[in-house]
Amino acid sequence: MSAEGVAERLPRLLTLVPWLLARPGVPVAEAAAEFGITEAQLRRDLELLWMCGLPGYGPGDLVDLSFEGDTVTVVYDAGLSRPLRLSGPEAATLAVALRALADAPGVVDTDAVQRALAKIEQASGRSDDPSAGTVAVGMGRTPGNARAEATVRDAVARHRALRLTYYSASRDAVGRRDVDPMRLMMVDGSTYLEAWCRRAEGVRMFRLDRVDDAEILDEPARPPADAEPREVPADATGLLAPDAGRQLAALRLAPEARWVAEYYPMEDVVADEDGSARVRMRYGDRAWMVRLLLGLGETVEVLWPPELAAERADRAREALAAYGVG
Amino acid sequence: MNLVLALLSTRQFLTAERIRTTVAGYEEAATDEAFYRMLERDKAELRELGIPLETGKQSIFDTVDGYRIARGDYELAAIDLAPDEATAVALAARLWDSPQLAGAARTAVTKLRAAGVEVDPTAASEVQPRVRTTEPAFAPLLAAARAGRAVRFAHRGHPAAPARDRTVEPWGVVSYRGRWYLVGHDRDRDDVRCFRISRIEGEVTPVGPRGAVTRPEGIDLVDLVARSAGPPPPSGTARVRLAPGRAAGLRRAGRPDPQGDPDVVELDLARLESLARWIAGHGPDAVVLEPPELRDAVVATLRASADALTEVPS
Repeated sequence: MSAEGVAERLPRLLTLVPWLLARPGVPVAEAAAEFGITEAQLRRDLELLWMCGLPGYGPGDLVDLSFEGDTVTVVYDAGLSRPLRLSGPEAATLAVALRALADAPGVVDTDAVQRALAKIEQASGRSDDPSAGTVAVGMGRTPGNARAEATVRDAVARHRALRLTYYSASRDAVGRRDVDPMRLMMVDGSTYLEAWCRRAEGVRMFRLDRVDDAEILDEPARPPADAEPREVPADATGLLAPDAGRQLAALRLAPEARWVAEYYPMEDVVADEDGSARVRMRYGDRAWMVRLLLGLGETVEVLWPPELAAERADRAREALAAYGVG
Repeated sequence: MNLVLALLSTRQFLTAERIRTTVAGYEEAATDEAFYRMLERDKAELRELGIPLETGKQSIFDTVDGYRIARGDYELAAIDLAPDEATAVALAARLWDSPQLAGAARTAVTKLRAAGVEVDPTAASEVQPRVRTTEPAFAPLLAAARAGRAVRFAHRGHPAAPARDRTVEPWGVVSYRGRWYLVGHDRDRDDVRCFRISRIEGEVTPVGPRGAVTRPEGIDLVDLVARSAGPPPPSGTARVRLAPGRAAGLRRAGRPDPQGDPDVVELDLARLESLARWIAGHGPDAVVLEPPELRDAVVATLRASADALTEVPS
């Protein structure tokens, strides 16, 4: 066990024997794919296993394998019929992920998740592992409409078209639209429906907690053949606004408004000595941008374009008039 | 490998001497010293991998310890997952995108599959769960928390604050609302603290020995982060008048007016500044009726926006 290191190879060998034992005549390529290694590596593993066995190391003591074409079968397992129990990090990683799924609104049937979690915890047993509990996930989201979420999940699983009553944050309006569901995604702790929007004639993301109502239509989901699901994004920045980036603004963010740069996609962030930052920000919807700027008040200055600054000031003056303090 | 097989197959404790003479691989050791070094290294590696190595004597007459692996502790217990449970496990294994966590989830699933539990890694492909871990500090912090080892790093309290050196006894890492936090005991401030991992700069340096950090019993990491980073409980109620057909977001978040006015909503007031920001963003479409301090905060925010223009040179 040289170059690769015992830490990776030994656990793999210990799992490989029972895995093969359960699958007589499995193609070598399939085994390599399962363990995430090349076929050449897997063959080296098999060669090594062949030389391992019980003290005595006679013909009946060694792990025995038989090869036929490109397949392999375990003839004698030398006592390795079951895999090693889950390690502390393995059990914890699965358990935390299951808890996160149970917590995430609308991703899966939480009842099945809870049952699976109980069984994994029981099978992995040890609670004395010091590394257990070092990773935790909390969604911390206010749940949306549970009934609508269940309907969306059902439509995705059964490939049915949906009619959504949906709140669009960029338009700050609730509207109705018919969609052909493609996938559910969990990104940054929120769940999104990826679907073909018939009105926009494009693939759109719908945050599940913004679905106010959902109704399964009496027709199958038929996204156009060229509707490409996108790469699961690294984060939710800009996820809901596919046309974001058509317009550009230059802003100066005071220290108290620097958080804005962590929430929205920014370019050319230049930090100044007083703690403020000059940024260029792309946005899709003008009205949305004006709302953001109005809310930030004195902590943001619009450097460019002047029309954006003017629109913001006009809206502010109208509002002050509504308060009778214009 | 041979050591595992030999110790697993025996019910007696095998002494070092017995291992040396019977287990393949150890005969290469030329000297006693070389043999014992080899055996100690292998034992440490097995323990590191979570293989339960028992030490004991076969009888009270034995003078030296022997070793064995109890099959019941070694083997994955019988586990039987219903199809929907197996799908949940497959989804859970796909949740992580950090190599450390994804690797552990992957080997866990392979073990389950080796035990005959049919977990299809591609099950429910229409669902893409993902918890991202792109911060470079994530891996060393997780490793330190698992090893029970203190760490030192530079951290900014907020994006514009100067980075300060912190020495922390890590209790764990927590993903909350899609962001990762380190939770632990801050030695400098002698208190429990949560650190946003994306605001850690530069290297994370381990400090002191492994196993030196113990997490207090019964603490809830997520709860600690929620209290530090989440919204505080509401302290009052705001009444806001909305223009007909406008400000749908505020309308959804609010409750209907008890007096029945269709264009007035009531909102929980937790953080005055953030609610003021949200309302001010709507300009004339959302007007605060009460409380007065919220109304004042919104007016001040709006006034800043109205005045801002005059400062921009034309």
